Amino acid sequence: MAHYIGTPTSRVDGFAKVTGAAKYAAEFNVPGLVYGSVVTSTIAKGRIARIDLSAALRVEGVLDVLTHENRPTMADNDQAYKDDVAPAGSPFRPLYDGRIMFSGQPIALVVAQTSEIARFAASLVRVDYETDTHITDVHCQREAAIPLKPPGDPIEAMFTPPKTRGRPEQALAAAAVRHAGEYYVPIEHHNPMELFASTVIYDGDGKLTVYDKTQGVQNVQHYLCRVFGMKPEDVRVMSPFVGGAFGSGLRPQFQVVLAVLAARALRRSVRVVLTRPQMYVLGYRPAMIQLIELGANADGTLDAIMHDAITVTSRYEDFFRQETGWSGLLYKCANAGYKHKLARLDLATPCDMRAPSATTALFALESAMDELAVALNLDPLELRLRCYSERDQHNDLPFSSKALRECYRQGATAFGWDKRNPEARSMRDAGDLVGWGMATGVWEALQMPITVRIALSANGHAEVACATSDIGTGSYTIMAQVAADMLGLPLENISINLGDSSLPQSPVEGGSWIAASVSNGIATTADAIRDELLRLAKQMPGSPLANIASGEVTLADGKLISKGDASRSVSITDAMRHAAVDRIEQEKTYNPSNDVTRAHNTHSAIFAEVKVDEQIGVIRVTRVVSAIAAGRILNTKTASSQILGGVVWGIGMALHEETLIDHKVGRIMNANIAEYHVPVNADIHDIKVIFVDEPDDSNPLGIKGLGEIGIVGVAAAIANAVYHATGKRVRDLPITLDKLRL
Amino acid sequence: MISFRYARANDVADAVRQIAGDPDAKFVAGGTNLIDLMKMDVERPTKVIDITRLPLKQVENTPGGGLRIGALVRNSDLAYHPQVEARYPVLASAIMAGASQQLRNMASTGGDLLQRTRCCYFYDTATPCNKRERGSGCSAIAGQNRMHAILGASDACIATHPSDMCVALALLEAKVHVSSASGDRVIAFAEFHRLPGETPERDTNLDAGEIITAVELPPKGFATNYTYLKIRDRLSYAFALVSVAVGLELDGDTINDCRFALGGVAHKPWRDPRAEAALRGRRANAATFADAADVLLRDAKGYAHNTFKIDLARRCISRALMQAARGTPQSQSSKKIA
Repeated sequence: MAHYIGTPTSRVDGFAKVTGAAKYAAEFNVPGLVYGSVVTSTIAKGRIARIDLSAALRVEGVLDVLTHENRPTMADNDQAYKDDVAPAGSPFRPLYDGRIMFSGQPIALVVAQTSEIARFAASLVRVDYETDTHITDVHCQREAAIPLKPPGDPIEAMFTPPKTRGRPEQALAAAAVRHAGEYYVPIEHHNPMELFASTVIYDGDGKLTVYDKTQGVQNVQHYLCRVFGMKPEDVRVMSPFVGGAFGSGLRPQFQVVLAVLAARALRRSVRVVLTRPQMYVLGYRPAMIQLIELGANADGTLDAIMHDAITVTSRYEDFFRQETGWSGLLYKCANAGYKHKLARLDLATPCDMRAPSATTALFALESAMDELAVALNLDPLELRLRCYSERDQHNDLPFSSKALRECYRQGATAFGWDKRNPEARSMRDAGDLVGWGMATGVWEALQMPITVRIALSANGHAEVACATSDIGTGSYTIMAQVAADMLGLPLENISINLGDSSLPQSPVEGGSWIAASVSNGIATTADAIRDELLRLAKQMPGSPLANIASGEVTLADGKLISKGDASRSVSITDAMRHAAVDRIEQEKTYNPSNDVTRAHNTHSAIFAEVKVDEQIGVIRVTRVVSAIAAGRILNTKTASSQILGGVVWGIGMALHEETLIDHKVGRIMNANIAEYHVPVNADIHDIKVIFVDEPDDSNPLGIKGLGEIGIVGVAAAIANAVYHATGKRVRDLPITLDKLRL
Repeated sequence: MISFRYARANDVADAVRQIAGDPDAKFVAGGTNLIDLMKMDVERPTKVIDITRLPLKQVENTPGGGLRIGALVRNSDLAYHPQVEARYPVLASAIMAGASQQLRNMASTGGDLLQRTRCCYFYDTATPCNKRERGSGCSAIAGQNRMHAILGASDACIATHPSDMCVALALLEAKVHVSSASGDRVIAFAEFHRLPGETPERDTNLDAGEIITAVELPPKGFATNYTYLKIRDRLSYAFALVSVAVGLELDGDTINDCRFALGGVAHKPWRDPRAEAALRGRRANAATFADAADVLLRDAKGYAHNTFKIDLARRCISRALMQAARGTPQSQSSKKIA
């Protein structure tokens, strides 16, 4: 019975967060803790010729300065540094040798009695470099970009372009109406509020407890074991709370390596907290140049889609995601072709950032669809409906569910789309040009194997344990809701234990897969608890549940109840007390069914209103409606917050965000949140989130996940609204006022 | 951040005595800029003298009909001061256009005058910057220069002054009262900040050993026809691409007196007597305003990323003059441009 699932339950960890009781990686203290400050390279490429530590070491309170020359032993092979989600290539090894591969690369760690002393001494480390020529501008590497290699494994295959469908070149040439456009998205950074940090507690026997900011405690644990040749039982990684990560915490980051290096070198507990500028080399959304070509029939149906992408990666790893395939998935089109090339630059490797690939691909595709609608003289929403795809055309499969049509309908109604004048520059509000734009969003509904342990006490309290993370998304809350409903207990009787590598197995928290995976994992384990309770209940003399099969009972209101006859029940307390059992513990693995007969996706429709000052070009996003089809919504409050956050970020992507590199020095010049602009409150106005009903049976609870879908398509909806307001099509983000030149 | 000594000054005489002869000492008041720069290793004072206890927190009427603002009056207190709101609303508006509420609660009047540029190369000690290290070169001229100057720059520096408040003070022709061990003097606002020339390391004409004690506003406040229009890359909490402060005196639709000052375009708040002269005696209309903008921008020069600012400044000048002429000053809470 669903008392909690589907309700706007407030965060169960909210009180701990607002009172400061929730501790983050840099907040765990032990006696004798010392502090590391990172020294970073000032050149983008070359070698360290000489590193002078003398001035730093002379500072009172400095304990040591670690460099590639004096660090403790680390693994010497790439395999050791390949974490669970590493791309192909040779992963970066912090303080491994004197090579410099990107500006801002960590090259030394100063360890001192206080963080202030460490930071001061770090400023005294003097480095001479032998510099090589670097390239950091994607436009300079455009011609040298290399096609993706054929996939080496099934994971890579997910990220390489799908096979060509039909004959796209010929179909394009023969199309009644064509549109071609090149779209650019700059490098963007995650900028979570919490600084990346690790506190490594050194136990007397050399065992380590590592408090780390990460989206995957077990990924970090396995990585540290390989890099430092430690046994799993000697490294425990904890991350009970994470102040945002958005993908930047999927891979183990260098601060945890440096902190462990120092703890092992000094045999004491060490904390390393990165500065905000230092976080700009932890990974980023890769810049990309995308060419979209669309060919349509006169009736507004699509006949050809071609999507070419050039995306940025580092010199040492080939990071790429499925940039191009979204175009062939979203709309019905018999002919589709894709190309994807990598531009290798002297920068750190990019990484996943909220809805990686879909966010950028859909900006390009949905801008192009808007341009096609103009060329066809067709309403942009009507064009989407005429191109609506009922099947995944990559593999010619039906969708497990797809309520996108309903997203369009409800979103358009809530927005008032039918009052839109199709002419650009036709709508006004006093001195402002008004523009209405829309776009579609799509993401995957993924599930991963996960293991959950539940311990039920005779007093009706349950502990749920899993090594997953809550990166601020609300995992604690939805896990408690699901457990309460599955166990038939009040929410306050559930405690959630997560973010600890010693707990049952979990994948990293990413890809929007945790909600579906862990919820069904809880349900699976709760079934085992129910079965055990039933076994005990049947042993009671005159048990009202004798002769009843396990599938015939349910847990509700603290009791095992016959589904067929609610008067037949045994309380949890009675069943356990009678059997003299204080505690029932079950640990089960949820293995999602590998349903290859259907495609699994979430969808959205976004409608945006902008008002643009005609003389100056200042853009205000006055209204956004986001209608989401993402299966069953576990918690309408935290889910709405997720989507709101995605829309806000989409506004930032459309209008503000851009990492600025000085290509002469190969260095990021706005590596702080004063100059790297994200939206502030003044930029955000009315945002309405709608969840459309979308029953789905891909998993027992019907969950699809929605961490990613909220951002996808938003930038295009805004760019399309800006076009509608001004008649000016901006194809390179962000849309700053100088690009309008009204 | 370097190690530094901390000292507290008890009064102005104590403050100037402590700083005299110590070229590596700095005063700290709100600390909203100095502390950041110390963390970035840009400012490296060996001694920081806390002046927050000095008796410079009063806003007083002057015998001549003006207003004297103590150097330690906080931005927020000044912006909400009844005399400022009533008589010098362009100053209140400019202050509210800057920073955030939390920063305005800390930032002092004197410190606002001494804000250093936000040029990204000035902040990054890994790159050359003539302002930070004389003779090292200007990275911005051939680098990232979206935020940089279009007027009054030199081959040595194209940085801009970041303050909003100072643009209004330039318009109001404020006077800066300073003290030192050798006595007191008054600096006209136009003479306070410098152009970069060959000495971009010097932002102002404040001498070593001097402390700002007050900013004095003359009686004329342009309380009827004024505006402060600030245009930036997001709607709040960003430095100006271009800002314009305007004060007009109208007789019907004829401009009797006029001043306007620009922020975000130069190493100091930018006023141009010729541009203002082009307005006096003329009708307050779009054509007049466009003429004045053309005069002010006649020598404007852009770089790779900021050439758009010339056209933007032209449009902002016209718009701001129109706002002032119509008596519809820009609201700093509603982001719709008036």
